[in-house]
Parts: sequence; C-alpha cells; structure tokens
Amino acid sequence: MTKRSDMTAEKNWSGQKIVSPDYLLFEAPREKHFMTGSEVVKEAMKRCTVDASVSYPITPQSEAAHLIGELWAEGYIGTYFRGENEFGVMSEVAGCAMAGSRTVTTTSGPGTLRAMENFPMWSGTRIPCQLILMARGINSPLTIQPDNLEVSFLLETGCMIWYAENVQELFDMTIAAFIVAEKPDVHIPIITAVDGFFVSHTRESVMLPADDIALPPYDPYAAPLPPIDSEMPPGRFLRDPFVMKSNYISYATHASWQWEVRSAADRSRKYAKHFLKGLVHTTGDDVADVVFVACGTASHQAKEAHRELAKLGVTCKVVKLRTIRPFPTEELIEATKGAKYIFVPEFNVTGWLYNEVVKALYGRSESEVIGKPRVAGGMSMPVEEILKEVANFVKID
Amino acid sequence: MAKDSIKVRMPALGGQGAVTAAHIAATAADTEGYYAVSNPFFGAEKRMAPSESYTRIGTVPIFDRGEVVYPDIVMIYHPQVVTMGKSYTMPFYAGIKDDGLVIINSDIELLTDEDKKILADKNVKVLTKDFTKFAIDIAGTELATNMAMLGALFGVLGTIGKPAIEEGIKDRFLKKYTASGGTASLDSVIEKKFKKKLDLIQKNLETASAAFDLAAEWAKEVGLEPMLLDPSHVVPVDTGYVTA
Repeated sequence: MTKRSDMTAEKNWSGQKIVSPDYLLFEAPREKHFMTGSEVVKEAMKRCTVDASVSYPITPQSEAAHLIGELWAEGYIGTYFRGENEFGVMSEVAGCAMAGSRTVTTTSGPGTLRAMENFPMWSGTRIPCQLILMARGINSPLTIQPDNLEVSFLLETGCMIWYAENVQELFDMTIAAFIVAEKPDVHIPIITAVDGFFVSHTRESVMLPADDIALPPYDPYAAPLPPIDSEMPPGRFLRDPFVMKSNYISYATHASWQWEVRSAADRSRKYAKHFLKGLVHTTGDDVADVVFVACGTASHQAKEAHRELAKLGVTCKVVKLRTIRPFPTEELIEATKGAKYIFVPEFNVTGWLYNEVVKALYGRSESEVIGKPRVAGGMSMPVEEILKEVANFVKID
Repeated sequence: MAKDSIKVRMPALGGQGAVTAAHIAATAADTEGYYAVSNPFFGAEKRMAPSESYTRIGTVPIFDRGEVVYPDIVMIYHPQVVTMGKSYTMPFYAGIKDDGLVIINSDIELLTDEDKKILADKNVKVLTKDFTKFAIDIAGTELATNMAMLGALFGVLGTIGKPAIEEGIKDRFLKKYTASGGTASLDSVIEKKFKKKLDLIQKNLETASAAFDLAAEWAKEVGLEPMLLDPSHVVPVDTGYVTA
C-alpha cells in the first residue's frame, strides 16, 4: 500500500516528480492521445497525488470509477474502496477528506440524488473534496442517457460547480479543481460536471502532459478547519454541537456559516480565472446579434450552430460558462453586451441555466433572453433544431 | 460534392460490435489526420437489444455530440434493425441527408418499393451485402461482421487508407481497454476463438481489407461521388480548450 511517508520533497509515493500546478497545466509538453472521457479521468487523477477515492457503480460513470480503482492497484492512489451505496460513498468521502486526504469520487443521476444530504454537509465541513459528476436522467421511467437536470439540485448546496465541455476540458478541469478547492481561503468541495455519454463515452483527441509528473500533495494543516487527528474530532465545531442550543447563538452561527461558505465560493473566482483561463470562454464575432449562453455539451452544439449561422451571414457568438457556482455574473454581462437575442440551449426540461442567466441579467441587459432549444430525457440537440429556433427570431435566408 | 464533415449512424444489435466499430473508425480517421469523434448510445446492455453507435469525421473541428439525427451515412448491422424496428429512429433512414449512403448487412433485400423511392429521390445509394457470411468466410466467425462493415465504410469513402484502419484495430485490441462488463466478456469470447491476439488482429484486418476493396469497387460501379474532403484540407483551429 502506498503511503505519504514514502514521499520525498521531490517525488510522491508513486515516484512521480512533484511539479507546480502551473507547470502541470500550462507549461509541461503535451502529446496527443485519443480517449474517452472516462479514460481521461484516470489520466487526470493519475497526475493529482490523490490520497483516497470511494466508488459505487452507476452508468455512465462506472468506467471512470473502475479506472480510478486501477490507479490504486497501480500504486498511484493511497486508498480506494467501494461504498455501500451513493449515500455511503459521499459520507465516506467526507470522512476521508476530514482526515486530511485529497479525495475524489464520481457519480451520476440517481446516485447524485441518493447522496443528496451529504453535499451541504460537505460544504459545511469545508472539505475540499472533488465529485466528478457525469450527468444522466434522474426520473422514472428509467434512463441512463444524458440529461443534466440533476445539476439544478446541486446549485444551492454550497459546493462549487464547474462544467466541462469535452474530454480535454474534463482533464484540465479535474486537475485545476483540486488546486482551487484546496486554497485555504476557499477550501470547500468542488463538483466538476460533464454530460454523461456525450463526454464520458465519447472518444476524441486530447493533449496530455507526461504521466511521470504530478501535483504537490494536499496540505490539510493549511485548512480553515484542522483535520481529524488524535486531538481533533470530525469538524472541530461539532465538539459542542449548536444543534443542542436552540437560541440566538445557534441561529447566528448557522446563518453566518452559510454566508461564509458562499463567500468562500466567491473567493475562488480569482483562482478559477487563472487555472481555467477565465470563468467564461467566448468564441465567434465580437459584436453579435445572436449570442448563445451555454455550458457543457450545449456549448459544443451552439458552436456547431455558430458555424452554420456564419455561413448564412448572421453575426453570432458563443459564451461558454465554465463555472456555475460561483456564477460568472459580471463576465456574462460583459460578454453579452449588444446582443439582440440571447439563446440558452439546455439538456434538461426546466431550464435551470436559463433561470440563472435571467437572474444575472435582470435590470442590467436590454437583450431578449430565450430559453431554447431545450431537450430532455437523453435526447440529442442537433444543430438543425438550434437553427430552427433561431429562425423564429432572426431572418435567415 | 465532398463535404467538410460527415456523420455516420450505426444502428446494430447488442453484441455485434457497433460500439467497437465506431471507436475503430474514429481512431482510424484520427490517425489519417482528420478530426474525429465516436460515441455509443445504448439502453440495457444485453445481446440482441438495440444499440447504436456514431462516428463523426471532418476536416473542421467537430463540436456536435450525441445521437446522429441527420446522418450522411447509415450502416445497418442486422436485418432486425429494419424488420423489427430495433433502431432509435424509425424508419432506419429517418433524417438521412441528400446524396447520402446506406450500407446494409443482410442476405435478403429488405427495402420496400416505397423505401427505395424515398432514398432514390434523395440520391441516397444503397449497398446491401451479407457481411456476416463475408466475415465467416474470411475470419471464421460472425463476430468479425463489424470489421467487414468498417472496411466497407472506408472503401466507399476512399480517403482513409488501410494502414490507418490497421492502426485503429491494433489500438483497440492491443492496448489495455476498459469497457462495460458485456463488452469485456465478448472480448474474452473472441479472444478464445484465436490462438493468439495477433491472429485475431490479422483476421480482422483481412476481413476489413477485403470489404474495403469490395466497397471501393461498388462505389466506382454506381458512380458514387466523393463524400468527404481529403485530409489535406484539415485546418488547425483554436478550439478554446483550457490549455492552448
């Protein structure tokens, strides 16, 4: 079994050279590979000096969970085990992280919902663990296909939420996620989401740095809450539980704690800006009549629509949101300036991202915001359908 | 006219290897220098249940993901896709684009007169061939049907050569590969049929190669225009990834 005491100042326990996050993400030479999203999760975690991972199978994340298990067998991950179910997994992740481990897990759809109670607990205990979420439908009748309604349930858990567009971004984002989440002035959990199948099972080219370099280990003693050790019970504040005191002190403590968790997410902006190269990413015309605001696969589909609209002479721009929590309000306002129409294409029935966009732009934008096209239940979003929606508002020859 | 990207839809039955074929197709196209993406869609992972796979190949970056609703090419791996509607889309050619192509693995004619008229009106060419028998004759197993279909696809396209296909097949069978339980057990079945893994690869290659030649000849006979621009048209584009 690998252990922290095997590390030296230069090398981690698996013999990988410890390099700075900037070197790993931006400077190390990269080579082309052809991989699925699940495979690239293994490659990312291999380079993250991960202490612990807990898994439970559910399509479409099972292969990623399996591959992280292989990393443990190969000596790259400190410990790895299967939980009893997703509720157990997320609780065990909390335990590992409270004990000072860099911890990762993966889940999808019904698994996320089953584990729900744990996510606000994670943020409340200020653990910087990472959940790699491969979104799938959550409702009956059963579907295993991509639908990201589950993300709407996570928006107010206090966890940071980032959304990767493709296999490449999933690789880079899951590495950056640990770095940002573990900053002492942030130090809250992070959920890195992708759309299941569209990313997890899609094979495409990806540029990876060598696998003999890795992130420095997590330093739990730089945390705002000290980790469990012989002196510390899980989460120091639990030693004298406020739940026993129904008085003003209890209310005030919880209220201020909730604000603090959200402030911590806000403080992540400057780090995310650096390690993600911006909270939003814009492609297309500088000044555009039609602007698509999207995250994940929907931004990919919008880029395909942009290419077709450009051929038809329609000025167009795609604003991809890389972070959902914290929400990139100012960046969004800046990027959508001058737009006649803002379309928000989504892979869910309720339009949770549309709601977020409308809330952010309220009173600060003249643009008409249109929550279309919207597909759900695992449907794909062909570019032809996006163009049909645009044609309802913009004259296309 | 040759396009800057094409989308291939592969409706098949669970166990036929359409997912594997799509992955090899994309790997081969990537090896040839194209932008390429493959992905599967399936429900319950059981044999003979509908399973679809998709490959997109282009000289421009491919952002489109998921089910191919408007395909340029449809490859039918099993007659039941047509006769029993074991397909995610009905009829099986729903959404097919003008000047498209349908490749059908069947020992009998499956198209009705109405189907033929609709496809002819869209100038869609149809290649029907018993690729399962073809696979049995060359590789000695029906499990190589997917390789025959794959070879036929590239034979028709003409811009992705046999060395790239070989690379795709080797990449799939020689590298450590992670798949679902169903695929892993099928891998083990097919590996047992051959003494060595290299025999398996050789037989697969021979099957794909023979189907390649057959389909290339057919494309010439029916006067099929080139469907995809050759890889010399590939232009590198900044696709805005986190890292440049």
